[in-house]
Amino acid sequence: MHELSIVMSILDIAKSEALKANASQINEIELEIGTLSGIDMDSFNFAWREAIRGTILENSNRIVFRPQGKASCLGCDQSFDLVNRFDPCPFCNSHFINIIQGKELKVKALVVN
Amino acid sequence: MCATCGCSSNHSKAQDHHHHAGNVHNSSERTIIDVEKDILYENNMLAQRNRGYFDAKNILCLNLVSSPGSGKTSLLEKTLLDLKSEFPFFVIEGDQQTSNDADRIHATGTKVTQINTGKGCHLDAHMIIHALQGLKPSENAVLFIENVGNLVCPAMFDLGENERVVIMSVTEGDDKPLKYPDMFASSSLCIINKIDLLPYVPFDIEKAKENALKVNPELKIIELSCTAETGLTHWYEWLKSKVIKPEFE
Repeated sequence: MHELSIVMSILDIAKSEALKANASQINEIELEIGTLSGIDMDSFNFAWREAIRGTILENSNRIVFRPQGKASCLGCDQSFDLVNRFDPCPFCNSHFINIIQGKELKVKALVVN
Repeated sequence: MCATCGCSSNHSKAQDHHHHAGNVHNSSERTIIDVEKDILYENNMLAQRNRGYFDAKNILCLNLVSSPGSGKTSLLEKTLLDLKSEFPFFVIEGDQQTSNDADRIHATGTKVTQINTGKGCHLDAHMIIHALQGLKPSENAVLFIENVGNLVCPAMFDLGENERVVIMSVTEGDDKPLKYPDMFASSSLCIINKIDLLPYVPFDIEKAKENALKVNPELKIIELSCTAETGLTHWYEWLKSKVIKPEFE
């Protein structure tokens, strides 16, 4: 549902950057969408296909980097992979964790003409 | 796997071939622009603007979030009536359609504005800016934003609030916090409402609290029943503790 808002925001960023660079076409767009960013990729892909029609991103090649969830434990200082937000530290079982990777939601780069 | 180019999902920074000294790099006719922009940056910027506005006017702003039917509006009505004489209250209501909730708040004598999102599933900072322009809350006020009933999308959108309060009820599942972790992780207070119905539902309140704390160990939890009027004093105490006293009064 909110994936459409996200796609529209990406479109705004792409348009604004393309304008600044005086570009008429965006060949490629690189996105970073972490596994803990709250984005459902099926919904995102659906929204993307619909929202980019007739826009500057219509024929762009889209590359999506998916940083995996990682956290560090505030209890024992160890770092570990995080699949679910509510998972505890696998070493000491504490829930006091700091998410260090996986929440990224950004436009990394554009390749334009 | 990346949906477009079929690459593996384990892209590391080392494989990123777009690192350049400057922002823009020209190579024949193609220009590479390192954007590095957070997709929600515009909303976050506007949210910070709201935050500044609230700071300047010493307004305590609370973003109330929950699934539909948890009792947000009823709790708000009760709070506004009980604490009427203590603070100047203002309310921003968010729903897809109708002004039903705003009408109920209006009946308490509180100044309120309704945002209808249409097909939209959450409020965002931009909508709040416009609502504030109409509402014109006074200094030292307490502003409640009753978000659209939805435990998913509103979690991602900072409105500029001081506190986010997630409301759940005992007629929902006790695993709610695990199913919607982003919302519980981003809130500072969780209200468990409708505790008068506990004898009639299979809701395990200790488990629910345990689950909420798994997602957010710092979360404050208050149990109450709006209709049976139990536990409300804890909510009012918490609210009063958050009101920033003006320097000279």
